Amino acid sequence: MAYALQQLINGITLGMIYGLIAVGYTMVYGIIGMINFAHGDVFMVGSFLSLIALLGLGAMGITYVPLALAITLLFAAAIAALYGWTIERVAYRPLRGSFRLAPLISAIGMSIVLQNFVQVTQGARVKPMAPLIPGGMVVMQEGDFTVQLSWMQIAIVITTLTVLAIFTWLVTRTPLGRSMRACEQDLKMAGLLGIDTDQTISLTFVIGAALAAVAGLMFLLYYGVIDFYIGFVAGVKAFTAAVLGGIGSLPGAVLGGLLIGLIEVFWSAYFSVQYKDVAAFSILAITLIFLPTGILGRVDVEKV
Amino acid sequence: MAARSTGALRDAGLSALVALGIFGVMVGLHTSEGEHGLYLEFKPIAAGVLVALVFFGRLLMVTLRERDRREAYREKRRFAEALTRAGVYVAPVLLAFAVLLPFTGDRFYLDLGVLVMTYVMLGWGLNIVVGLAGLLDLGYVAFYAVGAYSYALLSTTPIHIPGFTIEVFGLVIESVGFTFQLGFWTCLPLSGMLAACWGIMLGFPVLRLRGDYLAIVTLAFGEIIRIVITNWVSLTNGPNGISNIPRPTLFGLSFVGGDGPGTFAGFFGLEPSPTYRVVFLYYLIFGLALLTNWVTLRLRRLPLGRAWEALREDEIACRSLGINITVTKLTAFAIGAMFGGFAGAFFATRQAFISPESFTFIESAIVLSIVVLGGMGSQLGTALAALVMIGGLEMLRYGLAVLGEVSQNETFQAIANELPLFRMLIFGLALVIMMVLRPRGLVSGRTPTVALGESREIAAELVAQGRG
Repeated sequence: MAYALQQLINGITLGMIYGLIAVGYTMVYGIIGMINFAHGDVFMVGSFLSLIALLGLGAMGITYVPLALAITLLFAAAIAALYGWTIERVAYRPLRGSFRLAPLISAIGMSIVLQNFVQVTQGARVKPMAPLIPGGMVVMQEGDFTVQLSWMQIAIVITTLTVLAIFTWLVTRTPLGRSMRACEQDLKMAGLLGIDTDQTISLTFVIGAALAAVAGLMFLLYYGVIDFYIGFVAGVKAFTAAVLGGIGSLPGAVLGGLLIGLIEVFWSAYFSVQYKDVAAFSILAITLIFLPTGILGRVDVEKV
Repeated sequence: MAARSTGALRDAGLSALVALGIFGVMVGLHTSEGEHGLYLEFKPIAAGVLVALVFFGRLLMVTLRERDRREAYREKRRFAEALTRAGVYVAPVLLAFAVLLPFTGDRFYLDLGVLVMTYVMLGWGLNIVVGLAGLLDLGYVAFYAVGAYSYALLSTTPIHIPGFTIEVFGLVIESVGFTFQLGFWTCLPLSGMLAACWGIMLGFPVLRLRGDYLAIVTLAFGEIIRIVITNWVSLTNGPNGISNIPRPTLFGLSFVGGDGPGTFAGFFGLEPSPTYRVVFLYYLIFGLALLTNWVTLRLRRLPLGRAWEALREDEIACRSLGINITVTKLTAFAIGAMFGGFAGAFFATRQAFISPESFTFIESAIVLSIVVLGGMGSQLGTALAALVMIGGLEMLRYGLAVLGEVSQNETFQAIANELPLFRMLIFGLALVIMMVLRPRGLVSGRTPTVALGESREIAAELVAQGRG
């Protein structure tokens, strides 16, 4: 029981991170119907940016943790947003109206570029970082087993929820959110009604990348080690989360993220750690084959 | 004119600003490992150079774009037509070059030739799936792995048939038990068949998926196979891999073991040399690659091949015209996988050692880039892309290393050492640039496989309009 509770806590923390990344996938897919394959790597870039920012702040003498984290979060999100914007502008925008597979291939290329760009500029070795927020509280004691809820996990969940709340407000209450939703429903019609679709799509990428960067910071804080390859697996899992929750649906992405996080953690705890990625990948395949609309998704009718 | 140039300047300035944000942090600040953990190292020059490159690159682009659109299009067509015309001569020249390569006898070129040929073969195999049938397969390396592991396991595991005695109508038949090992030429078709089976197995569940979903699922399958190979230690020896995989033989003549009886050198009375084996391997993969090419070219003339190409252009139209989508997709998967399996078996026998590390997603990505760069569906293009991207980069590295050694110039040597790092970066950039500039490939002309009346080369842009 205690063991399961501990896994539940870990799973929710991990699921929050996946959920943040999944939102980026689902937004882009909802609007232009492409899988932004490079999104996982934007997440990776985000965690590197966070690392650099934290090191820089440390060198500058800003060591008050909440302040340092807040600055890092804003900095990483801003620069990652720039990455998102550039990627869309350079690799995807020229391809509107090209043949079917072109954007996806371009996205794969962009993903390879980002990975190797970081490998070349920051080195291939793993980057360790000492935990910033040590300690935690004991939730439950059962025999020898202590259920720990670390301050870090609380910080991750609270930050994620705050960011998601801001994001939800942005999508549901602002003019930008309205045009985003309009573009998602019908890109051509939105364009005809005077919405600057190019700009809306750009902003979608910007927001998605910023969220991914927040996830990158969380990942860095939670695991303490990053390398240039983390984006690939995390990206595929977050995409799985988006699909599981129903691609195009924002609450679905967060729900899917939580589910994937929980499944991964419980699978590792009770079955086998080696095959935890297999579990996530299998869920992707199974969902796409048997439940292509996901849990909260809409049925998409293909028009000729 | 002045307004235009200020506009261009402002545009370039903005791009430089964005580049500063992007490169300033990632390139300008390097996380280095010191004694007390990580610290930041400043690299302003590298970042500055990149920003300047972006500025001038953008300036050049904006200035060039001012040209007449129509003129640019015409030029593009001329370029494409020239390429297509040249293509007629390029293919025989390349073929002759490939046949004659071993006569140089240089080990470096031979090894490189084998490597390039392996990728040509993989590219042609994947071309069936991606280029002809239009099914984006990101897990092609899975079939390569299945082929390699099939060969490795089949050839290193002795098969034991136990002795038996049976009595039929008072007649006693007795057989002594014996143990034998399968050789390369038995395992090669088996590996291909096993890979094809996997192709069908993986193909079945994904039949209903659309293009990009299909890509992600195949990617997931590729990763699953790699993880299973890594962790199923009792079968595959896990991350340690399988070593001592038998070398291939030519009609029973072995290429190892000096000039003793039963060896190639001994049989023909030649001076024993390891070069024979490499030459043999080279011709082996060359033959396999040509087989792939020949099968593809023949298949394109069959109704099946035409169904593939129709499927690539429009699945719904195909379905409405009564083409069996299931069979069409599965055969594409199976045949593509089969050639991947052949290539895998060859890889295993050439290396004599395989481990899961050789079958990562990067490998799939390289093969996919070769197919895409070659212009999906074009056989010659794929071969050229493999030659340039695999052979060309390796030659460049080698050349720079030699140049550095001769001139004692450290810069050249440093670049040569760093080049493998940049290889994937170049691949990725090439994929993006290719999609943006020439999404239908460099060699973009296509002769229709069937035509009413005169069969004429057309630009590949028009294929989508149903003219090819």
